[in-house]
Amino acid sequence: MKTASIFRAGAAGLLVALSSTLAHAAGAIDGGSKQELNIAAIGMFLAFVLLTLGITYWAAKQTRSAAQFYTAGGGITGFQNGLAIAGDYMSAASFLGISGLVYLSGYDGLIYSVGWLVGWPIVTFLIAEQLRNLGKFTFADVASFRFAQTPIRVLAACGTLVTVAFYLIAQMVGAGKLIQLLFGLDYWMAVLVVGGLMIVYVTFGGMVATTWVQIIKACLLLAGASFMAMMVLAKFGFNPEALFSKAVEVHPKKIAIMEPGSLISNPLSAISLGLALMFGTAGLPHILMRFFTVSDAKAARKSVFVATGFIGYFYILTFIIGFGAITLVSTNPEFLEAGKTGLAAIKGGSNMAAIHLANAVGGNVFLGFISAVAFATILAVVSGLTLAGASAISHDLYATVIKEGAANEQDEIRISKISTVFLGILAVILGIVFENQNVAFMVGLAFAIAASCNFPVLVMSIFWKGMTTRGAVIGGFLGLISALVGVVLSPGVWEAAIGNPKGSAPFPYDNPALFSMALAFGGIWLFSTLDNSKRAAQDRAGFPAQFVRSQTGIGAVGAASH
Amino acid sequence: MATASYETIEKNPSYQELVRKRSSFGWSLSAAMLVIYFGFILLVGYAPKVLGIPLGTGVMTVGIPVGLLVIISAFVLTGVYVARANAEYDVLVRKIVEDAK
Repeated sequence: MKTASIFRAGAAGLLVALSSTLAHAAGAIDGGSKQELNIAAIGMFLAFVLLTLGITYWAAKQTRSAAQFYTAGGGITGFQNGLAIAGDYMSAASFLGISGLVYLSGYDGLIYSVGWLVGWPIVTFLIAEQLRNLGKFTFADVASFRFAQTPIRVLAACGTLVTVAFYLIAQMVGAGKLIQLLFGLDYWMAVLVVGGLMIVYVTFGGMVATTWVQIIKACLLLAGASFMAMMVLAKFGFNPEALFSKAVEVHPKKIAIMEPGSLISNPLSAISLGLALMFGTAGLPHILMRFFTVSDAKAARKSVFVATGFIGYFYILTFIIGFGAITLVSTNPEFLEAGKTGLAAIKGGSNMAAIHLANAVGGNVFLGFISAVAFATILAVVSGLTLAGASAISHDLYATVIKEGAANEQDEIRISKISTVFLGILAVILGIVFENQNVAFMVGLAFAIAASCNFPVLVMSIFWKGMTTRGAVIGGFLGLISALVGVVLSPGVWEAAIGNPKGSAPFPYDNPALFSMALAFGGIWLFSTLDNSKRAAQDRAGFPAQFVRSQTGIGAVGAASH
Repeated sequence: MATASYETIEKNPSYQELVRKRSSFGWSLSAAMLVIYFGFILLVGYAPKVLGIPLGTGVMTVGIPVGLLVIISAFVLTGVYVARANAEYDVLVRKIVEDAK
């Protein structure tokens, strides 16, 4: 009962904080701010917050064990998990970012969508069932199955935390911009509200609350995006050709928006981005963790199929939404900065294209709905990310490395809650630092790191008998560090974020995956092959038993009773 | 519940059949997805103008249906795998688990 009462106090405090921020927003409007207070949006957002806090309260009462906290006790069905995965994936970065990219450059947005989707089949064919059969709470459970625990756990935790940090930045930036536009709040204050709510969901409700927040939000987002795409198509008599020709007519790039353009500067860049998007999916810790919330391999498989369907459908919608925004938003002075014309003058930047479009097709109430949903999306995704990051700290670093597997379960849960608070604060700070980055691009960077460290170690540990602890650690860190260095030295960070002159970036490609993945796989192979240590013999000898379990699930952790 | 050791399971013909079928099917489908996707990415990288060829008389280009087809193929391939796994692999797995008891 202690948890529940702490929860009540926390929720009450949060509501007080929230209402005082809203009062601030109202004050800002009175003070002549350019933002208008959208009552519908605030009402719907508050309704969502209350509903999800209610769910969190319910979840907090049943979250007693570590299994409940990390994986909802394995009691989520395949279909529910599919929706939750889709929810994790249909982040604000993909909803606002891709529709914004389509708005700015047309066809280029579709390249991102396609890349983000095609990782899913690979996950289904090669790792979903194996993950469920081998793992317990985190993907490190699988990657370290037959190896020396400490080095692999440290590696996996580093891979997880770096990926989570980049992904969180993208979400926080989206959140800040959105609330700034909607409520007239200061950017930093908006980021603070998201951080605060997310900490409440995760610390009190764990995976149960995170999953249900994700499911509700996925349904709302799919409904809202469907309606928006329908309204856009309806304006053009359900004739895509009419939509596209109007867009070509009003877009400054004209017909170039109908083919790949400036986003991809050269072929190697395209391949590198493609690799990062495809294999990054298979290395995202918060997604991999979702496979442990279902009861068995069959449910794991089904959840990816459901997720692939919803995500694919959603990406087709964002493409229509982006073109809709070109035709209906960039031509309407209401949505542009006062006194300016043209596409780039859009209020709040290109990431707001979908939000303005909601106003254009559905009026103020629908704008309120989409804004509330977009905000809900960010909350849900940051919760999932933070839970994955906190699990890496508590389950991999604290329980396995520091306590050598002998941690008290309640201590482990406490550590993960402390980590959640810490990560929440970090996310707020990083969100403020990276205010002016394109959010879809930041997610691309997270994918590069997931593809270069987490994915190679995971897939090689499942399929390659010859891998050893030493090979995995050296290869994994090579991938992680080279991806990180490549990202920092790339034009996107070196020039745009740090402010060095254009053309000065030492690494010419925006995405390092082509090189960093090759280094990771090459490193794992080379250093495993050369490894003649006693530990290496033990690692290799452990493979047959691991392989049998990965194939059949015999010995796997089952669903907990409810 | 006492279960057989992995050495015993490895010798089970049903297990060998499962591994053989699932591995070859999984890797073939992965290869198919890679070919489709990297075919698309190579077009984007090396021949972006091909995707810009007009389709008919309007502004619609080849690139739009090609992009949509890649998205749809991802869904269809996943469905094909799940259907076969449900029909065949689960039966084999159940048999192996029974034999191992």
